[in-house]
Amino acid sequence: MAGKNSTEPFWWGLFSAGGVVAAFLVPIHIILTGFALPLGWISDTGILYRVWWVKVYLFVLITLPLYHWAHRFYFTLNDMGLKVIRKPLAVVCYGGAVAGTVATLWVLISV
Amino acid sequence: MNGPRPDKSMLYYPKMPVTWWLRKRSYFFFMMRELSSVFIAIFLVVLLVQIYQLREGPESYAAFVQGLGSPGWLIFHAIALLFAIYHSITWFISTSVVLPLRLGKREIPRNLVTGLNIGAWIGVSLVILGLFLTLKG
Amino acid sequence: MNGATATLNVTRYSPGQDQMPRSQSYSVPYQKDWVVLDALNYIKDHIDGTLSYRWSCRMGVCGSCGMMVNGVPKLTCAAFLRDYYPQEIRIEPLVNFPIIRDLVIDMSDFLDKLKSVKPWIIRKTEKQISEGEYLQTPEELNAYQQFTQCINCMLCYAACPVYGMEPEFLGPAAIALGYRYNMDSRDQGKESRQAVLGSHDGVWQCTFVGECTEVCPKEVDPAAAIQRSKVEITKDWFKSVLLPWGQR
Repeated sequence: MAGKNSTEPFWWGLFSAGGVVAAFLVPIHIILTGFALPLGWISDTGILYRVWWVKVYLFVLITLPLYHWAHRFYFTLNDMGLKVIRKPLAVVCYGGAVAGTVATLWVLISV
Repeated sequence: MNGPRPDKSMLYYPKMPVTWWLRKRSYFFFMMRELSSVFIAIFLVVLLVQIYQLREGPESYAAFVQGLGSPGWLIFHAIALLFAIYHSITWFISTSVVLPLRLGKREIPRNLVTGLNIGAWIGVSLVILGLFLTLKG
Repeated sequence: MNGATATLNVTRYSPGQDQMPRSQSYSVPYQKDWVVLDALNYIKDHIDGTLSYRWSCRMGVCGSCGMMVNGVPKLTCAAFLRDYYPQEIRIEPLVNFPIIRDLVIDMSDFLDKLKSVKPWIIRKTEKQISEGEYLQTPEELNAYQQFTQCINCMLCYAACPVYGMEPEFLGPAAIALGYRYNMDSRDQGKESRQAVLGSHDGVWQCTFVGECTEVCPKEVDPAAAIQRSKVEITKDWFKSVLLPWGQR
């Protein structure tokens, strides 16, 4: 089944997984990080982020929606007429998601 | 066999403007749905930077959290939250179309599938909130 | 006739004479039970015989009379004057297609794409006539029946902004019909459609705008067919990558 288009299902699969993670988990985290903590409704010291399974959770929470963004944004820019620079756009979008994955891995390992 | 084709040199080829998505309500809301992924991505980078502060010590972390209380950040997060909720709802509606569910022989109505997903979303959010409150330290 | 008239602003384009399409205004009698097609036929019969447009069955099954009515792709045999009257009605050829003349568009691209998905039953092994007919349960029929309702009217192509920006895109109706045959229990041709459906200009160009389903006059729901095709192709892809020994 492999052909010159063989990578599309892979990126779409990541896009879908990222979409599910974003849909179920991102709103509550925006409420926590964007409002509850800064406005003092809840206080924390951040030590929770050092627990190993919390790190695994955070890795999934942060990286998968990045692939969702990359795929969606790449196609949006195409739909807006930027097809001429399609290849560089793909590198920026998907490469950005990969860079974000590496950065997330590094931050979570080193905190 | 191919039938007769029109003389292509005399056809008029209309061009679609790049502002196509501003011309119709449904197209505009589609574009907003797509752009929600940008706000979600930016928020997750902010979250990552917040976690990173722990490397620099508890004072850095506390200072960063306090910094997020500025009006600029509050406005950003309010907009991001609206877009994130819009993503969630449109995602659950899409799920009911993409993955039809069957109970025995009958297909479960799409609105019910969407509603169940929304219910699960609220449930999961409460679980995350509860876990955070219990374990945050 | 009570003397009430409706005004239609109709696109005219004469190849070789006009550089660009222009609009021509016509006044037709207003009848409560008339559809836009009736008004166009009145124009052609009584006012301006040079107006060109396609139509046939006038009852929503042939798919010939698709045009833009006030910017919305519609079958003109199903668009009632009374839903617009007394406002003026703008009639334009289906967007996203080259214009041959007046309201007639070039549909050869769609026909090529339709053929490319092989919209017929493909068998690896034919059943002998003596063995009887292919049997199908009601559940098996249900799996694809709504996608058989497509009348090839191309309203979905006019509604799809991806097709507008990217003319190489296979498009809603062609993909829906490819899916219809893939889901037909009598068909064994999924692999032979894969190269076209699974190509970059196949299902993967679709960004699920959903307008195709909104305008479809036969409730085919092509958007659903496309997204479900993406799921099928992705499942097959992961299977072929993770379980390569399962391949023939």
